[in-house]
Amino acid sequence: MNIYFFKFASLLYLLATLTYSLYILFLKNTLSGWASAFVSIGFISHTCALVVRYAEAGYTPVTNLHESLSFFAWMIIGVLLITNLRYKVKILGSFLTPVALLLMIFAFALPKEILPLAPALKSFWHPFHVIFAFLGNAFFTLAFCGGVMYLIQEHQLKSKRMGAVGKRLPSLKVLDDLNYQALKFGFPLLTLGIITGAVWAEYAWGRYWGWDPKETWSLITWFLYAALLHQRLTVGWRGRKAALMAIVGFLTVLFTFLGVNLLLPGLHTYSNW
Amino acid sequence: MNTMELIVIGLNHKTAPIEIRERMAFRESEIDKALTQTKSLSSLKENMILSTCNRVEIYAASGETEKAILELKNFLSEYHQLPLKEFEKSIYLLVGEEAVKHIFRVASSLDSMVIGEPQILGQIKSAYSKAIESKSSGVILHRLLHRAFHVAKRVRTETRISNSAVSVSSVAVGLAEKIFGTMEGRTVLLIGAGEMSELAARHLVSAGVGKILVTNRTYERAETLAQDFHGEVIPFEEMALGLKRTDIVISATDSPQPIISQGQMTRVMKERKQKPIFFIDIADPRDIEFRVGEMENIYLYNIDDLQKVANENIKDREKEARRAESIVSDEVLRFVRWYQSLEVTPTIIALKKKFEEIRTKELEKMLFLHPDLSEKERRSLEALTSAIVNKILHEPLTRLKQKDEGAMTDLYVEAIRSLFRLPERTDENEEE
Repeated sequence: MNIYFFKFASLLYLLATLTYSLYILFLKNTLSGWASAFVSIGFISHTCALVVRYAEAGYTPVTNLHESLSFFAWMIIGVLLITNLRYKVKILGSFLTPVALLLMIFAFALPKEILPLAPALKSFWHPFHVIFAFLGNAFFTLAFCGGVMYLIQEHQLKSKRMGAVGKRLPSLKVLDDLNYQALKFGFPLLTLGIITGAVWAEYAWGRYWGWDPKETWSLITWFLYAALLHQRLTVGWRGRKAALMAIVGFLTVLFTFLGVNLLLPGLHTYSNW
Repeated sequence: MNTMELIVIGLNHKTAPIEIRERMAFRESEIDKALTQTKSLSSLKENMILSTCNRVEIYAASGETEKAILELKNFLSEYHQLPLKEFEKSIYLLVGEEAVKHIFRVASSLDSMVIGEPQILGQIKSAYSKAIESKSSGVILHRLLHRAFHVAKRVRTETRISNSAVSVSSVAVGLAEKIFGTMEGRTVLLIGAGEMSELAARHLVSAGVGKILVTNRTYERAETLAQDFHGEVIPFEEMALGLKRTDIVISATDSPQPIISQGQMTRVMKERKQKPIFFIDIADPRDIEFRVGEMENIYLYNIDDLQKVANENIKDREKEARRAESIVSDEVLRFVRWYQSLEVTPTIIALKKKFEEIRTKELEKMLFLHPDLSEKERRSLEALTSAIVNKILHEPLTRLKQKDEGAMTDLYVEAIRSLFRLPERTDENEEE
């Protein structure tokens, strides 16, 4: 049952990605209107998929890669919808929806069966840990997209060619704000994710911290974003530097999330997938 | 054959020098008076006057084109007390389809000095409502103007003609907006208090800039300029303070060497915590070392760079203008089709056909229900119904055919067409 909602959500994200691409080309407001309608309905359907899966499985459905990817995509779209309320950067959807769509396609290709829960995952802390961690990651994805847009727009301004690209992207000010806001939300969430993870580890494995690859890489990610936040507040790292850092940060997020699971097996790898 | 012809007579920035345009302009408050005069011209059925700083035009509908043109020329000459021969060369005259096309192009801002500028539509709208108030306009202008507004809307939404900045100063404002988001609350530092920097500053102020700082080698010049803008003077030796506080710098000194160096900006940027800064260097030779533009969070444009962006936009706009022109031609065609349907003869034919259809249909029904009627009775019914239809149509048709008092013809045609729902020869009947 949850898979039907999942498929329907994926289909709507696909439609949203297509209409957002058309919006980039033609800049017609009707197109962005359609796109955000698709995204919203997709998000509702995706929410249903997660709720139904929760009911069917009896646990928070973030236990294998299929579930994690789908959960991550759901958070990203959620963050996009929230951001759209505050910033009138319609073009943002053109960057974020494809990311969510890719995650959905990846998730779709993986085994989707509901399996009995591994003992280590049966914990009060599990839902908190995954919600904080993935919501934080979703904000970092936003910062990443903002960073990419910033670098493109800055290049346009520096090369003194205000062509079609420059017209479509928002101002540097808005993009830099976006980067900072995303960081302000993402960093505390990541911190909470790590803390709840450590508490849970104490219950599950009898130690708070054990230098498991996932733990190590989370810490690296945490330091990267901490450094960015610190530099930003003290010496005014902004603009290009902040954008680059947001991109590097996102790559470590991706590695922590996917690379570690696939390349560096450890305690966080609960199934082959 | 139509009894009524559309006429445009006027002059604009392309055909007339500013002195003539000024002499020929109608002041806003005088238009009512002028309209009562044009209304009394015997050859004109409908007319309206459009007068802006770039154009003076009269739109008219008349049954006697030649006479109308003559009367309008004389009216312009007498009204503005300018002999005809002094402005006749600046005048253009357009009739029929050409006139329609012209009005559509004007409304869509394709004929403007700055193509795509949005004011013209509002100016036409107010000129039109003046004509309505003075009752100088009628069915034809009504339809024409509403179509013109529709065309302007199509051009605005379907093309990107009014989107790009084509003057150097609007390019500068556009770039500043791409860096800072909004101009509100931003500070501008003017280096050099010449005419150029004053002009640029004026543009930024109208775009919403909050504060103006002025610095100049001679303090007094800076002071006068600062007063004009309610700004603040910064002593030339303390320029670095201004650089620290400002968002935008406009530099236009006649210094032979650059006055702002990379080394200086490195210090300034540190002090301002890397807040972005936008330099506009309009001096020749340049005031700002080009390497400054390579620094992070600094955007440096000189006058040639701005011109280059403006030229790109002009090319873009020309492309959009071509698309707009095809929308206009399309709409002219539609209007002309409607206009032709106003002709008397087709209207008479259509009206007769409609009545005849009703008559035969009702008669057939009657004969079907009473199959026992004799041949003679049938023929009597035929004759009776025909006579009734002809009697009813007689009076309206005579009125329609009246040539001498052509006065009301177009009104009648329009009324008959809509009262009897005669098919229009246009394929659409949207809005209004």
